[in-house]
Amino acid sequence: MLLGLLQWVGQLALTTLGAMGRFGVFLGQTLFWMLVPPFKLRRALERVSFIGARSMSIILLTGAFTGMVLGLQGMLLLRRVGSEAFVGPLVALSLVRELGPVLSALMVTGRAGSAVAAEIGVMRITEQIDALTVMALNPMRYLAVPTLVAGIVALPILGWVFDVVGIFGGYLVTVKLFDLSPGTYLGQIQTYLTATDLWVGFWKSLTFGVVIAWVACYKGFYVGHGAEGVGRATTEAVVLASVLIFVLDYVLGSVLP
Amino acid sequence: MTLAPGIEIEGLEKSFGGQPVLRGLDLTIGPGELMVVIGRSGGGKSVLLRQILGLVRPDAGRIAIAGQDITRLRGRALDRVRERFGVVFQGGALFDSMTVLENVLFPIREKSRLPLARLLPRAQHALAQVALADMGHKYPAEVSGGMRKRVAIARALVTEPQVVFLDEPTTGLDPVLVNSIHHLILTLHRTFEFTAVMVSHEIPEIFAIANRVAVLHEGRIRQVGTPAEIEGSSDPVVRAFINGEVEADLR
Repeated sequence: MLLGLLQWVGQLALTTLGAMGRFGVFLGQTLFWMLVPPFKLRRALERVSFIGARSMSIILLTGAFTGMVLGLQGMLLLRRVGSEAFVGPLVALSLVRELGPVLSALMVTGRAGSAVAAEIGVMRITEQIDALTVMALNPMRYLAVPTLVAGIVALPILGWVFDVVGIFGGYLVTVKLFDLSPGTYLGQIQTYLTATDLWVGFWKSLTFGVVIAWVACYKGFYVGHGAEGVGRATTEAVVLASVLIFVLDYVLGSVLP
Repeated sequence: MTLAPGIEIEGLEKSFGGQPVLRGLDLTIGPGELMVVIGRSGGGKSVLLRQILGLVRPDAGRIAIAGQDITRLRGRALDRVRERFGVVFQGGALFDSMTVLENVLFPIREKSRLPLARLLPRAQHALAQVALADMGHKYPAEVSGGMRKRVAIARALVTEPQVVFLDEPTTGLDPVLVNSIHHLILTLHRTFEFTAVMVSHEIPEIFAIANRVAVLHEGRIRQVGTPAEIEGSSDPVVRAFINGEVEADLR
């Protein structure tokens, strides 16, 4: 009985460690092939379009409402302590350092990360990845590398768009609804928002871009069997990427200035 | 005189989760030969093919193609051998995000430095060979099952491979289509003189096109011979299998 339990724990530990190792090696291989020519520029541009450009409308929408709600709540809160003037920096810093990178990454995870995992998963179960392999064409180069490049390029841009739209949303609520002077809102942002804050947001977005591409491609490549396997891979990709985004957000938040 | 290499398989063993699938399989396929492997479903035919393609590593044994043991090759060296292959997968494995013509163009476009204008006629010619010249603009999902198999054959042959692998290229097709695809394979084999390894369930239809037939049974080759030898086999297992006797399936 005790031996059986020990065996079970050992087996579980080995399986988990093996999967983690494979997960890490997958990123290493993708990064390696990203640096080795020939580069599949057209594939990468298609992916940038899919992950970046086609996520734009959802980013604009969520960004605007996030900024608006920050403006609203900030105004109600700061009015209690008579510090309405600081609502601009509250909105801007929350967006640039935290909510812009995190929420844009979560939206992309839901929209594009799931789609990438499903697409690669279907390619795996219908032997399209094997077809690439036996054509002596590296599937990592064709599928994982362009997605990673797209994540690195698109996420910082989407993060910034989210910030800008959010700040504008906050402006609409505080200036148009609460009659705060535009000069106070924008002027205080100019005073308190530094280049460091922008860099923090940039590094976070970049990291999240890598995480989304890495997790989505990995889950697609190592999909289970049949339609159920693809469904599970898609769900796991979204859940794992989202959790990693939150964890890394905290880690980066404490490491970066 | 064919340039195609032969394939020598010795003592191939493979287990999945402790369950042996191949138990010391030996098979020699001559240069330019069309070898058909038959055997029960789940008997390891596809696993054999995937091992020759280097997609699955055997537990033991060797697979020599043109004298080179591919089970020991990795990376670029393995790719150099694969560049001589053409593969028709069971479901076709066509890239569903590309049109039929783009699918056929893909392997040569990725491997060649020639301009598109020079490669396009080659892809169109390959499609014409499988009688699909006017289907190039369609997506795989828009054409019938039989057409998808033919596109897969065109894509496998467009690189002018020396060894062609066909994994159940006629499964799920009606008898007329089965015969037309067999006829197509035979014609292409005679024209290009490649070595071909085909896994099939189409008995007795494949006897009309195979140079030799290998019967896979319980992880080993039970008998290998010309179609006439297999059809006239005195081995009870082979007889039971090709006659589709129920006891053979229940064993």
